[in-house]
Amino acid sequence: MPHIVGRPFFWIIALVIVAFVVAPLIGNDVGLRESLILAAVYIVLASNLNLMLGYTGYVNFGSIVFFGLGGYICVWLVSAHEWPLALSLLAAGVGVSALAFIFGLGILRLRGHFFALATIGIVEAAQAFASNFEPWGGSSGIYLSTEVFAPLGGPRQALWVIYFAMVAAMGLSLYLSYAIKTSKFGLGLLAIGQNEDAAAILGVPTPRYKALVYSASAFLPAVVGGLYFFKSAFIQPTDAFDLNLSTEAMVITMLGGAGTVTGVALGAYLYEELRGYLLTSEMFSNFQLVIAGALLLVIVLFFPSGLMGWLYARFPRLQRVLE
Amino acid sequence: MLGFIASLIDGVLVGLVYGLAAMGITLIWGVMDVINLTHGTMIVAGMFALYLLTSAFGINPYITLPPVLIGGFLVGVALYYIAVHRMIGQPPLMSFLSTFAVNLVLIGIGTGIWGTVLFNVPVSLPGLTLGRYTFPGVHIVAAILAAVIATGLYLFLRHTRLGKAVRAVANNREAAELVGIPTTQVLAVAFGFGVSLACVSGVLIGTLFPFTLLTGDAYQLKSFIVTVLGGFGNPVGALIGGLALGVLEGAVTPFVPVSWTLVIEFVLFVLVLIAFPNGVFLRRRRAL
Repeated sequence: MPHIVGRPFFWIIALVIVAFVVAPLIGNDVGLRESLILAAVYIVLASNLNLMLGYTGYVNFGSIVFFGLGGYICVWLVSAHEWPLALSLLAAGVGVSALAFIFGLGILRLRGHFFALATIGIVEAAQAFASNFEPWGGSSGIYLSTEVFAPLGGPRQALWVIYFAMVAAMGLSLYLSYAIKTSKFGLGLLAIGQNEDAAAILGVPTPRYKALVYSASAFLPAVVGGLYFFKSAFIQPTDAFDLNLSTEAMVITMLGGAGTVTGVALGAYLYEELRGYLLTSEMFSNFQLVIAGALLLVIVLFFPSGLMGWLYARFPRLQRVLE
Repeated sequence: MLGFIASLIDGVLVGLVYGLAAMGITLIWGVMDVINLTHGTMIVAGMFALYLLTSAFGINPYITLPPVLIGGFLVGVALYYIAVHRMIGQPPLMSFLSTFAVNLVLIGIGTGIWGTVLFNVPVSLPGLTLGRYTFPGVHIVAAILAAVIATGLYLFLRHTRLGKAVRAVANNREAAELVGIPTTQVLAVAFGFGVSLACVSGVLIGTLFPFTLLTGDAYQLKSFIVTVLGGFGNPVGALIGGLALGVLEGAVTPFVPVSWTLVIEFVLFVLVLIAFPNGVFLRRRRAL
């Protein structure tokens, strides 16, 4: 990624990361940390989904599978094999990425409609697999004892360590999106999104590029899944492959503006605020999914280019700085 | 061996119902190139209509079919104007997202009201006994009704003026418009029929198996598999694909735990998609 270092947008991302690190440290604000950790998870999921949805125009309904499988692999390694957290996270990321690459070579031969259908199937299949796979505890899942937090300096300090790791994953996600977008690889992906046949004719190795980006978009969600479920010390199939989270990632991507880096981060932050409001208001707390769905419908019908599309139309100069 | 054959025959009966469900998705797909992601929820809507109508009025489960057929049609037409109309002719991404969004809203409202508890509509019909095996009466009746409704759709598309208009629009929308067919209304009607088929198959499935609000996902996936087996946009192919899926389920159930069935079907789905991108049974894509 050396070509992005030192550009204005590089420093904007750095500023965001610093803000995430410093804000909860001031006054040791645990409540703020918990809401920022969720925002970080959203940003990671949405910006990696954006690599597929925004750049290549392939709808991936199964992005949550990366998160869930990563969580399972990490929690399982920590509990059953007593691996240290860092190594388990790495294993989760690499494992899920490799799986996505192999699988991607197959299913990414499917175009448009069919690929999207296959990803719906992947969620169902992954959930069915996790509920039936005995080493992963079947449908009751895996519980971690509190002892696993000991190497990180006890539960209280572990939460901070997990938070910083999560912010690091968020920063990496943003840099990854940015680096890919401004590279030759990214240009190829955007070309696929515009017209796949034309891109192939002009020499973009479309099957390989698609499998690569699919695999790249699996790594950080898997790591974050590992962190997330390590933090809650518990994982079961319905949580790991939660439809809500993958839907929210999609709403965020469309809300911010598919294919933009800034928009997705902005969308994640806004959605997190909205969600906080909805959860505390009595009327809406049971209807979170309804609100998310209605929001998505309105965006798709009336503002398909999202928040960034609106901003760019108002302030065209922003396009020079933001990605 | 005899048990295996009995399981296969039962698979055929259930497969006809799957075929009917898939016809709903393939009709919409064939006519307007939109994949209806509310399909599963519409199947569940049929199941819930069955449950609510039978428990409220104590009527025979099969009497709920006509009102569900009409209700489903109206809901489908409304859905078309809300979520699909603006997406016609746009990249598939957009109609995917819009129907997905509507589905979320519906599921969200449903879980808010009913939660995800298991419902069951008991239907008592005498079974058909052959030797040591009894085929449940509900399976036989559901299969017959599915076949009748499917035939009805076929006759409608072939022999009525509106049905011919639907086929014309599927064939070439601009040309249909040029010869004076009101394409928007025809698309709305086709979408209505697609949803209505989903609801009706939901009623039939509801008489066979217990269901929850979220059961629809599994049946939606089955419908996709059936569509892939039978060829896209082809209602007759859907029925054949349904039979194939039913037979497959019948063939694997004696050997594999039920919870793995969906995984096996999904693997089959991807393999078939990669190996036969135009469908297995009717290779040529015909416009309805």
